[in-house]
Amino acid sequence: MNLEKEKVKHLAELARLELGEEEAAEFSRQLSEVLAYAGKVREAPVAGMEPVIHLLSLANVFREDEVEPSLPREEALANAPHREEGFFRVPRILEEN
Amino acid sequence: MELSTLSLKELSDALREKTVSARELTGAFLERINRFNPELNAFVTVAEEEALAAADEADRRLARGEGVTPLTGIPVAVADTICTKGIKTTCASRILENFIPPYDATAVSRLKEAGAVIIAKTNTDEFGAGTTTGYSAFGPARNPWDKDREPGGDGGAAAVAAGLVPLAVSFDSGGSLRRAAAFCGVTGLKPAYGSVSRYGLAALAPSLEQIGPLARQVDDLALLYQVLAGPDPLDATSLPAAGPGRDGAEVTGPAAGSKGLRIGLPREYFAGEQLQAAVKERVLAAAGILAEKGGEQVDLTLPSTGYALAAHILLAAAEASSSLARYDGVRYGYRSPEATDIDLLYKKTRTEGFGSEAKRRILLGTLVLSAECYNDYYLNAQKVRALVIREFKEAFTKCDLILTPVTPGAPGRAGGERSPLLQYQDEYYTAGANLAGLAGLSLPCGLVDGLPVGVQLLAPAGREGLLFWAARILEEATGRLSPPSFQE
Repeated sequence: MNLEKEKVKHLAELARLELGEEEAAEFSRQLSEVLAYAGKVREAPVAGMEPVIHLLSLANVFREDEVEPSLPREEALANAPHREEGFFRVPRILEEN
Repeated sequence: MELSTLSLKELSDALREKTVSARELTGAFLERINRFNPELNAFVTVAEEEALAAADEADRRLARGEGVTPLTGIPVAVADTICTKGIKTTCASRILENFIPPYDATAVSRLKEAGAVIIAKTNTDEFGAGTTTGYSAFGPARNPWDKDREPGGDGGAAAVAAGLVPLAVSFDSGGSLRRAAAFCGVTGLKPAYGSVSRYGLAALAPSLEQIGPLARQVDDLALLYQVLAGPDPLDATSLPAAGPGRDGAEVTGPAAGSKGLRIGLPREYFAGEQLQAAVKERVLAAAGILAEKGGEQVDLTLPSTGYALAAHILLAAAEASSSLARYDGVRYGYRSPEATDIDLLYKKTRTEGFGSEAKRRILLGTLVLSAECYNDYYLNAQKVRALVIREFKEAFTKCDLILTPVTPGAPGRAGGERSPLLQYQDEYYTAGANLAGLAGLSLPCGLVDGLPVGVQLLAPAGREGLLFWAARILEEATGRLSPPSFQE
């Protein structure tokens, strides 16, 4: 599969990354090569195989429903790049009106 | 006394007999770290103050003689993708450059409960995505056998090999721990999936990765594994306390009444042109040593091996794109100063914070999970995974363990310009164990042109003890390796 530069830019947009023209061209080249190789999974003899969902056959891993101490607010906020009055602060999301 | 070459048992005995205190021991290793790390760059952070405080606590424990374990007072390095409370955990990424976790990973709490001293955080590729540490935001680690060579994707192996720490705890999502052990001439174990809790390991490929031990010798590796392994209510994918897969901690030989060890040699792992003749010869010699001890070599075929690597590349990327989505500049980690609106907050933060390989995997993963490619790529890769699991399962009805190379050759030149595809192909021999959730142990099997190469032993979940048993036999026969230039 050939991954065009324009397609790479679209993927970057979806993944919230900015790419320069040269960078997009390089990723396009490198990933086309990777896909040419990895694309062989399409020819693998997997007829009748169920895709793997979980590696372990564990089902319904529950814990006891008990109240336990959790991370104090100050510690949860300690790594925040920007905070205010006990909240994470982010740029304005909603327009006025 | 040259502490840096002693085994865990010898160090532990010295501490109990009070020939050395934990503080002196930690001090001695800190000295070696300060002296040699600048040329190896095996660590991202050295936690000198915290380590000395933990050593003092260990000395108090030793003085009381209560709760003393073989790890009490022993310095251990931990990969920088594993959370250590109060000690910076960067994942070798700019995006977490100043991140100080408010909690310990379960693997770390288990080390601390045993009285171990967390001394430093080891270098890795950014979030573990890579095979040479060349994608660390803080510069690549070097191979102690030849500083112009790469050490494999894990600075912990380099640190253990050079005697900067006696033990290290790292992780493996496609082979980085096992390849680094082979390239640096030490032993390393990727435990079976679910054996060791992943709580507190920064996720890259959650269905593929496991935390595991690194040590200079097999007995130390087994002891460290026993401390790390166990069920954890904080990891829903950790195996329950009892049942299949949970009896692998004790070193045990082949089942009683069996005719001896059956060693499986899969044709596909020895056939390719890329496998260097000298490596092949040493790996097969290891199989011969095991066979001489009353074992039997079994010819195996794992036909989907070629497809397995392709599936691993796609699944690792898909999981990475999802795992790395959480780094958005809101709750922790880097935030771009140009984040003036919410869209720029995400975009600028991620663009400036992630390095090239993380971006490459995010893009590839976003593609294979897109509606257009999901069936052809992602779903087929998961079906290949099912096939790989089935083939290994069948293989383990014919043999007790599988023996393979770890890498096709000796470590390559550091900083060499190799395409991403070639780097992904580095994991040809190791990715299968991640796909199938097997235990894989890597240990040295000799030198090629003065550089170490390794042999890999694979077993199903719960048979780690058999791997230690077989690895001990090989270790006795081939001896341990030590890079010449780091001795006093």
